[in-house]
Amino acid sequence: MAHKKTPAINGGSMADISFLMLVFFLMVTTMDSETGLQRRLPPMPQENQKTEDTKVNRRNIILVKVNSNDRVFAGDQPIDDVSQLEPKIVEFLTNPNNLETLPEKETQNIEGYGPCQISKGVISLQNDRGTSYSKYIEVQNALVKAINTIRDQFALANYGKKYAQLDEDKQKIVRDCVPQNISEAEPKDVNKK
Amino acid sequence: MAKFINTEKKEVPPINTASLPDIVFMVLMFFMVSVSMRQTDKLVTLTLPQASEVAKLERKDLASYIYIGTPERRLQNQYGTETRIQLNDSFKTTDDIKDFVASERESLSEADRSFMTVSIKADENTRMGIITDVKQALRRCSALKIMYAARKSAAK
Repeated sequence: MAHKKTPAINGGSMADISFLMLVFFLMVTTMDSETGLQRRLPPMPQENQKTEDTKVNRRNIILVKVNSNDRVFAGDQPIDDVSQLEPKIVEFLTNPNNLETLPEKETQNIEGYGPCQISKGVISLQNDRGTSYSKYIEVQNALVKAINTIRDQFALANYGKKYAQLDEDKQKIVRDCVPQNISEAEPKDVNKK
Repeated sequence: MAKFINTEKKEVPPINTASLPDIVFMVLMFFMVSVSMRQTDKLVTLTLPQASEVAKLERKDLASYIYIGTPERRLQNQYGTETRIQLNDSFKTTDDIKDFVASERESLSEADRSFMTVSIKADENTRMGIITDVKQALRRCSALKIMYAARKSAAK
């Protein structure tokens, strides 16, 4: 007796269907990964709250200004090329020779690490309304780069690895020991010539 | 000898396409995993500035976008060539940022609201004035987590 076989399902159109879906996905989606520099803005001061200037010691602050002609100044010295900014910031934040003019350090107990000397240095970034965005990002980038350099140094000295290769907990310790203190000041016209 | 000669016409055997769906499905899966849905139509020309120290945005679903740039060429008759702010699908002013942030915040779940990131996508030729205005507006409605969108460049 002939055995009745169920007919095979024709799978020839499967490719067409999946091509259709593929084209749909290609059309409605974007591939660009979202990258950028993440920042935290300072909260707006309350209206009834007196804007008291938190007294930051003069030596603990470095003013980085970008004027409307995209000229960069760090601590009143003109910086011709943004790449020169990085070593300056590194020196400012690490203060290797414990100079009087550079930021003081504070010993804090970091959980999981122990006492650590943390620089109290703050980078204050000021820009003009006429500054170009690309220059601003370039300077921001240089500041982040400087901090990443210090973090890498710290991580190499303590864990023998670069910051990016550490696990989550250790990264947090490094972040606590080398904080990213970039203050984006209230907008101000620095276009005084 | 004629016995052994194949009298049938010799044909090229058809290519077996049975694995074609599998291949296409594989490509499809790759695209589904690696892309994100396009949310808004960009109305401004954008060339993001370059930076070498960029970090990746971890939670794309928590991000809202503010586009800043000059209107695209096809829209310049209507909107001029001044730098404009685009929220969702239309040009807005800094006063509308408050409502925008409020509605974006509303669309997130309670637990995620504090992690909302506002990604500022501005053209590299923009002047900082308008960006400062945007930043002040964001501070006023306490959307403090921001990101300056930038392309990754090779480290200098």
